[in-house]
Amino acid sequence: MPSLNDLPSQAALVRGLVGRRTLMLGAGAAGVAALSACGSGGTKATGTGSAAPTAKAAKDMSDTEKVVNWSNWPQYIDIDDKTKTHPTLEAFTKQTGIKVNYNEDYNDNDEFYAKVRPLLAAGQDTGRDVWVSTDWMVARLIRQGYVEKFDLANIPNHKNLVSTLTNVTFDPGRLYSLPWQSGFAGIAYNPTATGGKAVESVDQLLTDPTLKGKVTLLTEMRDTVGLVLLAMGKKIESFTDADFQAAVDEIKKAKDSGQIKGFTGNDYTKPLASGDTAACFAWTGDIVQLRADNPKLGYTLPATGCTYWSDNFVIPAMARHKKNAEILINYYYDPAVMAQVVDYVNYISPVDGVLPVLLKSDPAVAQNQLIFPDAATMSRAHVFRGLTPAEEAKYNAIFQTVVTG
Amino acid sequence: MPDGVAAATVRKRPNWVPYALLAPGLLWLVVFFVLPTLSLASQSLQTGDVYNGYSLTWHVQTYVDALSTYWPQLLRSLMYAGLATLLTLLLGYPLAWFVAHRSGRWKNVLLVLVIAPFYTSFLIRTLAWQTILGDQGLLTSLLDRLHLTWALHGFESFLGAVGLGSGSQLLYSPFAVICGLTYNFLPFMVLPLYANIERLDLRLTEAASDLYASPVQAFRRVIWPLSLPGVVGGTLLTFIPATGDYINSVLLGSAKTTMIGQVIDAQFLRVLDYPLAAALSFILMVVIIVLVMSYVRRAGTEELL
Repeated sequence: MPSLNDLPSQAALVRGLVGRRTLMLGAGAAGVAALSACGSGGTKATGTGSAAPTAKAAKDMSDTEKVVNWSNWPQYIDIDDKTKTHPTLEAFTKQTGIKVNYNEDYNDNDEFYAKVRPLLAAGQDTGRDVWVSTDWMVARLIRQGYVEKFDLANIPNHKNLVSTLTNVTFDPGRLYSLPWQSGFAGIAYNPTATGGKAVESVDQLLTDPTLKGKVTLLTEMRDTVGLVLLAMGKKIESFTDADFQAAVDEIKKAKDSGQIKGFTGNDYTKPLASGDTAACFAWTGDIVQLRADNPKLGYTLPATGCTYWSDNFVIPAMARHKKNAEILINYYYDPAVMAQVVDYVNYISPVDGVLPVLLKSDPAVAQNQLIFPDAATMSRAHVFRGLTPAEEAKYNAIFQTVVTG
Repeated sequence: MPDGVAAATVRKRPNWVPYALLAPGLLWLVVFFVLPTLSLASQSLQTGDVYNGYSLTWHVQTYVDALSTYWPQLLRSLMYAGLATLLTLLLGYPLAWFVAHRSGRWKNVLLVLVIAPFYTSFLIRTLAWQTILGDQGLLTSLLDRLHLTWALHGFESFLGAVGLGSGSQLLYSPFAVICGLTYNFLPFMVLPLYANIERLDLRLTEAASDLYASPVQAFRRVIWPLSLPGVVGGTLLTFIPATGDYINSVLLGSAKTTMIGQVIDAQFLRVLDYPLAAALSFILMVVIIVLVMSYVRRAGTEELL
């Protein structure tokens, strides 16, 4: 009823509502006719129909227009605290002459997808040449033919990609996506709010009465359900429908008992720092950054296992500066450049050769297990298996009954 | 025959003029209200998925599913919005009265102050309540200083007992959500009330007391009925958007305060179940229209206007 809010005077509002009945009836009749009209024809464009569509390419303007439009998550790149600029981006422009329009307008995979999907579905330019999507979103974008294949000749540095990430199920051989940063999801806690207690397992997080009403989980289904599945002794690389349902039931039980306060995106950090949240599921990079201000904050990678994810560069269909985007990706796959980014954002580098650089320039970061995990830590890390569209829809719906139920 | 000439010119004014004047408004409504509403209605009756497209199958079952799964959230939204509306009325009526009749030369300043919160973003204003109500927040530390922590704990237990809180926290509770809604929508209540109350002739109260009415009677039998159009306008402007609001619940509520707006948001953006989301939006719209209609009818403002 948005039009009601626009009416200027209260009298008109009330009168309009009461007196419009006949008019509304008329509109109703016309509406039914119009409904049948806009059925299949009108909305068919939302889907792509065929099984493996390929992305539409626009004419590449890279050689004449020296720009690249990059959308990324907030605070996900090196920032010079004094000048508020991004040193690696400035160096890139100096080196290549390509200007980067850097936009921090990627706040949430689902939200961003909702924003660009209509354009991609209609085969239109999104105004962006490259952005950074999480694994499962990349899978969806590839499946729908919304992202273009890289010209790897423009990205010789792709050989620096760490071997564990070269053959992912959603993009074998990394033809469409290259990781920007990786990270773990685990448990963070604020000792002031837990009474000095450490939170060491998912079970404790979901049941310990001292944490009651002060626990948050993540709205990212794969991290929240993934961590619970692992705690139940299931493999997130190969779980069944029944396993998934059991994990969701476990979360529901904790929610109904009042243990869980809510589900959050990145915004768990503020209440965690203030102590309004005692313990929560959290991402490594955030916690390393928070601990710089508050060293007391605790972080646990549960012994039962943690989730391991990446956010990846992709080039959307109809991008107008594809080659420039590839040159940009190639630039960040230089270990010396990636080292500067990792040193600031504190996530896990997908690029080999960063560790030796940081051992020299910033040993504290280089020795942090959450940034440069050793083999023992990596053995706890698990990747959530790829989902078919039908599974994704089903699991999302089940998970949302708990989040918003 | 000058009269005849004038009459002729009046009669000759082409009769499409009023329609031409209406056209921009009508066009606006058609493009931004009628068409989206129809598209929403159509979407709610379709089946399919985002990947393969939707087709209109008149699948009414979606409405049944939507209602049977999410009726608690719908009911909760109506309850929170109702309570918030009642609170804004209780706070707003005396405020509007004071601004209209007792503030003298400060009237304009006070009016600006009523609207002043709009100068900051809705989001920031709501976030401020996190800072106020948080465990280590302003309110707690203030009461701590005044050695009134016992009162806070008493209040928290009271909230827990009546089902508006967890019993140990102010923030992340129905109480916090209702506070946020009340605060955010207060100006929408005060302004219509002010516009109405300001026009009331205060000599009517004198007349009432001349006729031996007590101040309470004068208010109940004279002032209140006359201010009803303002009350109705204010409650509608508060209740309708408050029911669909979800920011307050996201920022100040918990997993147990989910409002219908959050459900619709999640179904549209995360589950990508567009028909279910559309059906929920439609149900919300119809419920609000029905409630508003019966409310307006009961308030009997048609004759008053």
